[in-house]
Amino acid sequence: MGAPLTAVTTMPLSAEGLVAAVSSRGAGAVASFVGLVRDRNQGRQVTHLVYEAYEPLAEKALARICEEAAARWPKTVLAIHHRVGRLDIGEASVAIAAASPHRADAFAACRYAIERVKQIVPIWKHEFFDGGDVWIEGATADPDDEAARERALAIACA
Amino acid sequence: MRVTVRLFARLRELAGAAEFVREVPPGATAADVWKGLVRDHPALAPYEASLSCAVNAEYARMTTSVADGDEVAFLPPVSGG
Repeated sequence: MGAPLTAVTTMPLSAEGLVAAVSSRGAGAVASFVGLVRDRNQGRQVTHLVYEAYEPLAEKALARICEEAAARWPKTVLAIHHRVGRLDIGEASVAIAAASPHRADAFAACRYAIERVKQIVPIWKHEFFDGGDVWIEGATADPDDEAARERALAIACA
Repeated sequence: MRVTVRLFARLRELAGAAEFVREVPPGATAADVWKGLVRDHPALAPYEASLSCAVNAEYARMTTSVADGDEVAFLPPVSGG
């Protein structure tokens, strides 16, 4: 299999590697998600992003998301890799794969994972655009915020 | 006692460094460490309402007590993905 299930890395991401890592004889479905750096954001022409992480805590937060998904979808195996450092337009910033006996749980776990990444993983985007730069600030990270977790679950199961 | 403060993203830029060693009184909480930091770097103050903190690379509360040698991290709102 090779790839670890969670990673924060400066190396380019491989969705194929994650799909292989979660696949098994009992898996009838694998859903994958790849987040890419896009060229426009809120009217700005983006040139590149630089991602910064608090790596030891980010690794733990990714592992926590996998544990949460395993508790909610017991036969589902999840893998999440997040890239850090400079990323140009079109490069993958995050890759997720979820394997399950059936497609519904694979899709749900995959969607849940990206929503939780955005809520609780200590990683920050520094956006560079034509004319300046800005730190993107999203959610105040609190893994014990049950309302946030419920929101992620509601989106995943919609 | 001494703690190591770690700052990230915009907080790091506002304070001008990623890491500080700070002297705090025994019994200090993460909130006390933050208040001391804001005294020296007032530009950080607006982040108080949207901050997360971690002690020794585990999420913690601002009411969490810190011990000599601890690493206390203050995190602005996250934006991974």
